[in-house]
Amino acid sequence: MSHDDDTTRPTPVVPVVETENDWPPPQPVDYDQEPIISFREVDKAFGPKSVYEGLSLDVFRGETLTIIGRSGVGESVMLKLLIGLLESDQGSIVAFGDEVTTMGEKGLLGLRKRVAMLFQGGALFDSLTTAENIDYPMREHGWGTRAERSARVDEVLAQVGLPDPLVRKRKPSELSGGMRKRVALARAIAMKPEVILYDEPTTGLDPVNVRRINGLILRLQRELGVTSLVVTHDMDTVFTVTNRLAMVKDKHIFFTGTPAEAKAHPERYVREFVRGGLGIIEEDL
Amino acid sequence: MSGFLRLMGAMGEITLMTFKTIRELFRWPPEVRLTMAQLELGGVDSWTITLLTAIFTGMVMASQFAIGLEPFGASIYTGSLVSLGIVRELGPVLTALLVGGRVGSGFTAELGSMAVTEQIDAMRALGADPIRKLVLPRCVAMVVAMPLLTILADLVGCFGGAVITVFEVDITFRFAFEQMADTVGIPDLIHGLAKSAFFGYFVAIIGCWNGMRTYGGTEGVGQATTNTVVYISICILVSDFVLTRLFLAVYG
Repeated sequence: MSHDDDTTRPTPVVPVVETENDWPPPQPVDYDQEPIISFREVDKAFGPKSVYEGLSLDVFRGETLTIIGRSGVGESVMLKLLIGLLESDQGSIVAFGDEVTTMGEKGLLGLRKRVAMLFQGGALFDSLTTAENIDYPMREHGWGTRAERSARVDEVLAQVGLPDPLVRKRKPSELSGGMRKRVALARAIAMKPEVILYDEPTTGLDPVNVRRINGLILRLQRELGVTSLVVTHDMDTVFTVTNRLAMVKDKHIFFTGTPAEAKAHPERYVREFVRGGLGIIEEDL
Repeated sequence: MSGFLRLMGAMGEITLMTFKTIRELFRWPPEVRLTMAQLELGGVDSWTITLLTAIFTGMVMASQFAIGLEPFGASIYTGSLVSLGIVRELGPVLTALLVGGRVGSGFTAELGSMAVTEQIDAMRALGADPIRKLVLPRCVAMVVAMPLLTILADLVGCFGGAVITVFEVDITFRFAFEQMADTVGIPDLIHGLAKSAFFGYFVAIIGCWNGMRTYGGTEGVGQATTNTVVYISICILVSDFVLTRLFLAVYG
């Protein structure tokens, strides 16, 4: 075959690789509405170690609020307080108009139908397969028939980029870290929650999976109007998915505002933190 | 003083977990599949260790009694003493100590790993109750399995004792077994089996309680597992005394 013959072949279609800036910005949010979640003067301590003193924060429907702060300041505690996995020592936490701190088991069960959480390590059940893990909340809440649930498992697996039927049958130990996190995310969105709490969703993932998770957070907000609270130390995630960010410092919310406002904030700590400046370490100490 | 307060705190937590477990027991539908799985893990898989412990215990007891009773001319009662000792005391207690150490530490390791990897939090966040899904099946399984294993231990222990008695005291197998059957009554069996049901419950609840409160990563899991074996052993020995006094007061 001559070289000329090769040139007559159709040019193969090369898939377009999306660049980092391909994700559209998050959908704007109406901040004049009533917040759907409110933390008011919340105190929380673990033994002698105080984590929050007078923490207050509002979350509005449809927004992606990122919670940032130095490691160990207790950003994740806020997520667990919200769904009653931890109890606050003082203060009020209101979700969808109901007080969480005094909620009984039934109330918490109802709340957990509406608010899902993605745990830092995925927290998949080791003894169950991928499909059983995703099916778990639907079965517990009596959601749909077995066939409907199975179809939903396929649907959410496709949403998180794991459409391979073999993945369904695998146990968490047979999945990579990135796959585990995506399966955990599939489990979190299976019940179509109104609010999703993400605890370090991109930690330990390769850049491709980071982008995939960021894209999914954005898509859930844009297409389904899901409200997200994202605890992260990954500034790429912060600047990609965030409507508003809240910084935890000195046991309370030190700053809330858009990423652009954080970058231009008069307080040096805020500015330096969002750009990862080393100058704040001494200040912190 | 702080040790005493910790003990009181632990007992309070276990009591609270007990109440929650009993409440879940009466909720429909029962967790049959999970309970059967635990019954297999805690019960069926423990029969070899039970068998080995019981047969050698029966044989050792018979050897000691045959020699010890000879100066009094009472070695003929060896079979009676062995059977009574095994059915009322050694069968339930040794089975509970051995199986309890094995199964209780397993419960702590499993639930402890789940706790440190946030699986128990995830379970609650997904709308399930860990007491119902994790604690209740294990408690029911062990309350059922421990008496069954004790029956096995009683039978095998008595058989081992009978074998040694036949050789040491120069009696027939038939005589040895008839003597054992005459000595051990229904109250003695109830005494032993009722204790073993309590032991089964203590093994499960302590294993689960210590697992669910585990923190500190894999090191914490290791520490909790070791502690569980100690707690279970102490609990079985102390409760054995209390239950023995109680049953003696009831049955004499």
